[in-house]
Amino acid sequence: MKNKKLHSHSSVFSAKKPRIIIMSGYGLNCEEETKFAFETTGGIANIVHINDLIAKPKMLSQYQILVFPGGFSYGDDTGSGKAYANKFKNHLEKELEEFLSRDTLTIGICNGFQIITNLGILPGALTHNKNGKYIDRWVDLTTSTGSSSVSKEVSPWLKDIKSISLPIAHGEGHYVVDPKKYKELEKNNQIAFKYTKGEICKFQNLEKNPNGSEHDIAGVLAYNGRVLGMMPHPERAMFSHQSPLWSLDKTRDKQKIKKEGIGLQIFKNAVNYFKNHEKNFLGK
Amino acid sequence: MISRIYVIPKNEATKADSYLIDSKLSKKELVKLAQTLTNPILEDYFIDESPRVGNFSHAIEIGFLPGVTDNVGHTVKEIATDMLHLKKNFSLAVYTSKIFFINSHGLEDAQKHSLTLYNPLIERALFVEIKSGKIDLPNKIPEVVLRKGVSILPVSLSVSDEELIKIGKEGILDETNLRRGPLALDLSSMQAIQKYFSSLKRNPTDIELESLAQTWSEHCKHTIFANEIDDIKDGLYKTYIKGATNLIRKQKTERGQQDFCVSVFSDNAGGIIFDEDYLITHKVETHNSPSALDPFGGAITGIVGVNRDTIGFGLGAKPIANTYGFCFGNPEDTRPLFRDKEQKQRMLLPKRIMEGVVKGINVGGNCSGIPTLSGFIKFDDRYRGKPLVFAGTVGLIPRNLSIHGGKKQLSHEKQARVGDYIVMVGGRVGLDGIHGATFSSVTMDSTSPATAVQIGDPITQKKLSDSIVKEARDMNLYTSITDNGAGGLSCSVSEMAKECGGAKVFIEKIPLKYPGLLPWEIWISESQERMTLSVPKNKWKMFQKLMESRGVEAIVIGEFTNSGKVIVQYKGKKIMDIDMEFLHNGLPKHYLNTTPVIIKNLEPALPKGLSRTKVLEKLLGEKNISGFAFISEQYDHEVQASSVLKPLSGRGRINTDSQIFRPVLNSNKGVVLSSSSYPSYGDISSYDMASCALDTAIRNIIASGGTLSHLAILDNFCWCSSNDPKRLYQLVEAVKACHDTAIGYGTPFISGKDSMFNDFKGYDEKGNPVSISIPPTLLISAISVMPDLYKTVSPEFKNSGDIIYLLGETHDELGASEYYKLLVKQEGNNATHLDPLRCEASSARLVGNSVPKVNLEKNLKTYLALEKAIQKELLASSLSVTSGGFGIALTKASIGGMLGCEINIKNMLGGSNLADVKLFSESQGRILVSVSPKNTKQFERIMQEIPCAKLGKVTKNDKFVILDGKDKIVETNIKKLHAIYHKFSNSQQ
Repeated sequence: MKNKKLHSHSSVFSAKKPRIIIMSGYGLNCEEETKFAFETTGGIANIVHINDLIAKPKMLSQYQILVFPGGFSYGDDTGSGKAYANKFKNHLEKELEEFLSRDTLTIGICNGFQIITNLGILPGALTHNKNGKYIDRWVDLTTSTGSSSVSKEVSPWLKDIKSISLPIAHGEGHYVVDPKKYKELEKNNQIAFKYTKGEICKFQNLEKNPNGSEHDIAGVLAYNGRVLGMMPHPERAMFSHQSPLWSLDKTRDKQKIKKEGIGLQIFKNAVNYFKNHEKNFLGK
Repeated sequence: MISRIYVIPKNEATKADSYLIDSKLSKKELVKLAQTLTNPILEDYFIDESPRVGNFSHAIEIGFLPGVTDNVGHTVKEIATDMLHLKKNFSLAVYTSKIFFINSHGLEDAQKHSLTLYNPLIERALFVEIKSGKIDLPNKIPEVVLRKGVSILPVSLSVSDEELIKIGKEGILDETNLRRGPLALDLSSMQAIQKYFSSLKRNPTDIELESLAQTWSEHCKHTIFANEIDDIKDGLYKTYIKGATNLIRKQKTERGQQDFCVSVFSDNAGGIIFDEDYLITHKVETHNSPSALDPFGGAITGIVGVNRDTIGFGLGAKPIANTYGFCFGNPEDTRPLFRDKEQKQRMLLPKRIMEGVVKGINVGGNCSGIPTLSGFIKFDDRYRGKPLVFAGTVGLIPRNLSIHGGKKQLSHEKQARVGDYIVMVGGRVGLDGIHGATFSSVTMDSTSPATAVQIGDPITQKKLSDSIVKEARDMNLYTSITDNGAGGLSCSVSEMAKECGGAKVFIEKIPLKYPGLLPWEIWISESQERMTLSVPKNKWKMFQKLMESRGVEAIVIGEFTNSGKVIVQYKGKKIMDIDMEFLHNGLPKHYLNTTPVIIKNLEPALPKGLSRTKVLEKLLGEKNISGFAFISEQYDHEVQASSVLKPLSGRGRINTDSQIFRPVLNSNKGVVLSSSSYPSYGDISSYDMASCALDTAIRNIIASGGTLSHLAILDNFCWCSSNDPKRLYQLVEAVKACHDTAIGYGTPFISGKDSMFNDFKGYDEKGNPVSISIPPTLLISAISVMPDLYKTVSPEFKNSGDIIYLLGETHDELGASEYYKLLVKQEGNNATHLDPLRCEASSARLVGNSVPKVNLEKNLKTYLALEKAIQKELLASSLSVTSGGFGIALTKASIGGMLGCEINIKNMLGGSNLADVKLFSESQGRILVSVSPKNTKQFERIMQEIPCAKLGKVTKNDKFVILDGKDKIVETNIKKLHAIYHKFSNSQQ
């Protein structure tokens, strides 16, 4: 089946605008808002059903950014992300390898993170939250860029982000990694985000790491920072009104309140990576 | 061959997953499958050998009973088929189960333990001893073994009236002399059917009788709302509900206001204008009877079922928000109740029902990627026999769809055409959910069928939903669509057949979960996740290809005709042939009578002394008042990135009374949702119960920033013993209040539903008969569009120094208030002890008589002024005063902001000087707001003509102080109040 959206006006080739493929199907469900976030920041995003990509695997070579959005692929049956990753690997292993070998970016958000750990392109695994319950709330995060020991940019995704507050919504976000691997991750600056007690946790008096992730890890990197997996949802923080602090903030200084949310920076970074490509040739 | 794969966590496992695989897969293929089921970092797998189990005495295997939907099993089958490149018809069946390891003293102890782990109505449990760290489970498959039956049974209606009554009540007598389960048809209906078939000079077949029973069921026909009642000739619905909407629409047009109603009462959901480009839809359903038997399954099918009502609106709306409402018995109540005298069918306890229902909505909503935003939870001992589970869905659909040649089509209009294929899409048909529609139309007792229980599969539905509302709809591949809900295909096909004048179905083409179902079962089964579509023949190939590529099953099961008949064939033989006219309009009209109810309740004694600190704290801790963050937090309310006013708000995370979201991401327009019900008020007056519910639902919306002129409402009547003229009198009163209040505010009804027999008849542990009826419950849901969502006002206090005002008047209306209910619970109050479960309409209760009354004229002015103040962004916070009165509203605003306050209630406006009244009366029309000092002047100017009392200010410290003149009547602190407010919720974590 042809993907109708591929032929829509937004897919007209543009030299400056990077092209983004957002995977869908089998219960993934955050593809539309993720597309909106990428397009707001100047990308051209197409939502592509996994079966359409399987039917035309070469399609992947037309894109610069690959996105596994959040959702509930296969209802988390047999373990979150497993079944979707298996299907992807089973049909698209070669194309994925080719994609990752180019100067491309990849992100997995929430269920997408679970999928790409199962694909084996990110280290570690995600399992049931420590209290066994699904949880939707906001968390505070620091990035490896934010820690004083690292001065250089570790990932295009994290440019100019030292700390950030975003919402989580998951039942299996408990990150697990063996001690040896953890040391390696630290050494290579592969830890993208750690849960921390910041603005939101202090505001609502919440614990910093609600799912029990080892070493407070909320997101990890691979492929020189080009592949990012994260449990929190940046696309649910693209407008200021999405933040729990917004109602209070807007009574204090209306002028200072921007309509844009803090999460949009992650999408901007990815789009700008390709827009400013010449300047930005790191990682090669 | 049958193999078993175990997947077990690596460290200190207390449970394992098991997959029984019935197939001809090779060992190598099984290993490959096992690998994909295992995350090697976390788990190990074992094939046909026991995993090593830690130090436990017993293992309990919990699996499904034969025929119950096994969602994980389906997924594994899909994984295996894809990975091993299996042919479509490759024989492979997967049965999943969970194995729990426990330490117990012997088998009996283990069995006792297991009762909390499974529901014997849908699951099976097997106990084995763990010997030297190993378990030995038999590879026995829960295969459906169907009794052989006659495929078509003619039913003779040339019988006595007694036999007709029996057939109607207990079902058709099958060839083994067993009754097949309730048709819920009364004598006059049976006689009408008898007459119809005698005019055709033949007997009906079983499928014809079952089909009529579905279409004529109270659940589908809403006979109580349709029939003439007292002197109301056109019935309650036409006269008062639709009547109100018609009048409001007319008035709006006459006044030059926008009539935003587009599709009301005619489709699966109600549709109103959102903006120039989109419609929004809303629908709220109940799923009470199934939730009583299997709380998880009942609730999940409730929510995914109402999602389908959205997908089935017009040519298919996208679900964009879920709502819920729960009414449970007291979770501390552990008295056993039984459905049968022999005490074999034990009722689930309220706590168990609550946990299952909460989880069902969790899985249904979260898995579907629909934010579950808005909801409430209520407790009353009278929900012990039947809980109420409300589930609602808001949808979004473009107003116009393009069809070929650049032409546009209105999206809410649909019409199956003669010659279109009848296509069933989604899940397959099984025995699950047979007699659901007829079952929910009667009292629950020992004859309630277990097959009425279903389990939803949100992922099958998500695939179906996405492929319809995100692709096929916009490709113009079908002409009409509806949901398969109550009555299954028998209802959906017959409904759609109205659009063109007839239908013909071939039963053998309908895909089944397992072989051996009888035609009548296939026709009325309510198996989940199915939609019926009419697909033009020339579009079928394209439609089929699309569905296939999305992993969705679509099958042609017949054709729409203009024969004036619904015809069903089975293997070349006509087995159903009924005139559409008789099917849809043949149900005999009944005349209903009511008897007025006069209730004289007793008045509880008020507490002595000046201080109300303790009683306020106690009231805040009542489950009907305190927070339920544990529910809000486990429901994904932020998916679709639309969240504006969340279910929990502020520093102190109080539950909001209305929620706001952004359905179209590039528009600043917001949608506001709220709901309200006051079942206790019905103990005094059902008229006031209804008008207060409307007033509160509307007020909640205005208080957060919604627009009165763009606000629609929905009704859900959950009644009891609706054949009792006294209960019908209460119903008429409530419906009249709906009419009057809706017109008063100009807020039209756009959709509604009723469930009229929420009664339980059973036995206690001594074998004494027990009957419990719910208090008549009316849920009003409201939906509004706000022009600029950035003007949202949340309920909690924001900044110290802000001035606190109360809009509206406070009167002596403590009757049936949460405060009175608390006083009654406290010991030593009044000598008369009344049975809280007494369920006659006129039973006197200890709840007083002065129930809140709605003053439409005054409240309307207040709401319009409030709307103006919010549009001018003058408010820092705004909270609608509801259950628990001013005292509780003030407490919630303070906890929300984690800020103290200093209040003097002396100047509160209204008709009483009594502190109890000022603090706890639940008078309607009131809003508690706080205003920054820099805005007070402008605010007070807007409120000049409105009852508006300046009562105090928000303070920086932790102190919560209320004065009545010079007397300090409440003195406590925010930390303490916060702990009380969250205590119940924290205990449920």
